[in-house]
Amino acid sequence: MEEIKNTEEKKDVLILAIESSCDETAASVVKNGREVLSNIISSQIELHKLYGGVVPEIASRKHIEKINQVIEEALKEADVTLDDLDAVGVTYGPGLVGALLVGVAEAKAISYARKLPLVGVHHIEGHISANYIENKDLEPPFVCLVVSGGHTHLVVVNDYGKYEIIGRTRDDAAGEAFDKVARAIGLGYPGGPKIDRLSREGDPEAIHFPKARIEGSPYDFSFSGLKSAVLNYLNGCRMKGEEVCRADVAASFQKAVTDVLVEHAIKAVKEYGYDKLAIAGGVASNSTLRTAMERACRNNKIKFYHPSPILCTDNAAMIGAAAYYEYIRGTRHGLDLNAVPNLKLGERI
Amino acid sequence: MKILAIDSSGLVASVAVLEDDNMLAEYTVNYKKTHSQTLLPMLDEIAKMTEMDLNTIDAIAVAGGPGSFTGLRIGSATAKGLGLALGKPLVAVPTVDALAYNLWGMEKVICPMMDARRSQVYTGLYEFCTADGKMSFHVIERQMAAAVTDIIGKINELGRETVFLGDGVPVYREIIESGIKVPYSFAPAHMNKQRAGALGALAGEYVREGRVQTAAEHQPDYLRMSQAERERAEKIRQEKESSDRKEGR
Repeated sequence: MEEIKNTEEKKDVLILAIESSCDETAASVVKNGREVLSNIISSQIELHKLYGGVVPEIASRKHIEKINQVIEEALKEADVTLDDLDAVGVTYGPGLVGALLVGVAEAKAISYARKLPLVGVHHIEGHISANYIENKDLEPPFVCLVVSGGHTHLVVVNDYGKYEIIGRTRDDAAGEAFDKVARAIGLGYPGGPKIDRLSREGDPEAIHFPKARIEGSPYDFSFSGLKSAVLNYLNGCRMKGEEVCRADVAASFQKAVTDVLVEHAIKAVKEYGYDKLAIAGGVASNSTLRTAMERACRNNKIKFYHPSPILCTDNAAMIGAAAYYEYIRGTRHGLDLNAVPNLKLGERI
Repeated sequence: MKILAIDSSGLVASVAVLEDDNMLAEYTVNYKKTHSQTLLPMLDEIAKMTEMDLNTIDAIAVAGGPGSFTGLRIGSATAKGLGLALGKPLVAVPTVDALAYNLWGMEKVICPMMDARRSQVYTGLYEFCTADGKMSFHVIERQMAAAVTDIIGKINELGRETVFLGDGVPVYREIIESGIKVPYSFAPAHMNKQRAGALGALAGEYVREGRVQTAAEHQPDYLRMSQAERERAEKIRQEKESSDRKEGR
C-alpha cells in the first residue's frame, strides 16, 4: 500500500506549518507553497505588554497552553485532516530556545505519529518566503530586506533555499530601535506600530538625527547611534526645559531609519544587477517604510514586493511557504531535530 | 490497556510502554544530551523493538510537573503532539508522585527531592499502606517547592524512618544529613531517579479513575511562577504596602 501511495500521481502538496519562535503561537495549512488554506495566530502581545517586552518563560508557557488549539483550528479552517497532509514544517531557529522547543517537539511528535516527513524551517527564510504567498509572479533571484524586532538583514535570494547575506546590523535590530525609542518617549511596547501612528502627526524634517554608515561595509546597518541621538535630544530638551513634540521625534526618528534602509536596499539591487526588491519581517508593515520603498523602487525601475501586514508579523503561513520549497528540494529532518536559537540564515543543520 | 509514558522533567529522559500488568519496554537515559534530541528517537527505538503500532495505545502519560521548565515542556509538547495525531487522551501524573511510586510497597516515609535551584527542592512525602489486604499509595504531603530544611523539619515532626531519592539528594545531601533526626536511607541507583515505567504504572490507576485530559487542555503544572511574574507580583505588593503606609493605614 505504501508503494502505491508513493507512486500515485499527486498534484498538490499540503503542508501543516508550526511557528513558535517568539511570542506568537501559529499554525497554518499551505498548499503548494503559495496558497494559504488557513493561517491561525494566537498572539501573546497583551500579556507581554505588562513587562515592556517579551518574557521568554512566559512566552514558552503560553505556547504549550495554546499550541494544540491553534493547530486544530488551522486544520479545521483549511478543511483538511492530518490524513491529507504531505509534510509538517516547523520553525527550529532562530528565536527563543524555550519557545522554539515547544513547536519543534510538537511538530516532531505529529510527524512521527503520522509518518509524515518533517521539514525544519529557518524563521527568517520564512519571513522572506511570505512574499511568495501574495505575489505569484515572484521568483528568485531577488534582493530582500528583512526588518523585524530581532533582525535587520539585507539578503540576496539566489534561488529557493539559497541565501546570501550581504548586509546586517552591527548592533540593534531596526525593530529594537523602534521599541527603545518608543519607550523613551513614553509610547510603550510594541514600539513599531505606535511610532508609525504618531509619526503621521509629526514633521519628519523637524529634527535631524544622524544616519550611521559603516566604513567599508556599504550594506551594513547600525541603529544604536541613532537611538542614542534620540535619547540625547530628549535629555537636552529636558535640561533646557523645552517641551518635546513627541510626534516630531517619532517622525524624524522613523525617517532616519527608513532613509538608511531604503538607500542600502536600492543600492544592493542596482549593484547586484537585479530588478526585484522584496521586504519582510514585522517592520515591513511600517507604512512610512513601505511608501518610501515603493517610491524609490518606482524611480529606479525596480519591481517592489511586500507581504500584507498579517504575513509580515510572525505567522505559520510563511513557514509553510518556505517548508514547501525545502520539501521539494528534498530536505527532511529527523526525530532528533533540535531548536537552534542562533541558526544562521542559509545554514542547514 | 496500553499506556505510553514519557518523563523528561529532570536530568533523566525516560520512555516506557506498559500493557496491563506488563511493561513491554522502558528506555531510560541519564546523560547530558538534550531531551529534545533524545526523547522521540528513544520512543521510536522501543516502538520498533516491540513492533508496536502507535494506534494501539490507549493513553499517553506524561510527567505533569514540577521539574525543569524546559524539560517539562519538551515532554508535554511531545505528548500533546502524539495525542493530537493519534486522537488519544493524556494523563498528567504529578512528577514527585511518580518518583515516589518507584519505591512501591515501601512502608517507610518516601521523600523524593528534585533540585529546584535557589536552594529549594520539589518534594513531597509519601507512603504505601496495606488496607484490606491491598497495597495503596498514600500522599502525606502533596508535592511542593520547599527549602530542604523545611521538608526535613516535617520529616522530623513525623518521627518515622525515611527513604530519600531524586536528583536533589546528591545536591543537598549535607543539609539532609545534618538536619535529620530520624533513621534514614538513600534509594539505590536503579530506583532513585525518574522512570517512565513507574510513571506509567501510576498513570494506569489514573486512567481507571477517569483522571485523563485531552491533549489540547494539557499543560505542565510548574508549581512556580516565572521569575518575571514573581518580580512583578513582588513589586505590586511593595507598592501597595508603601501606599498603605502613606495613607496611614
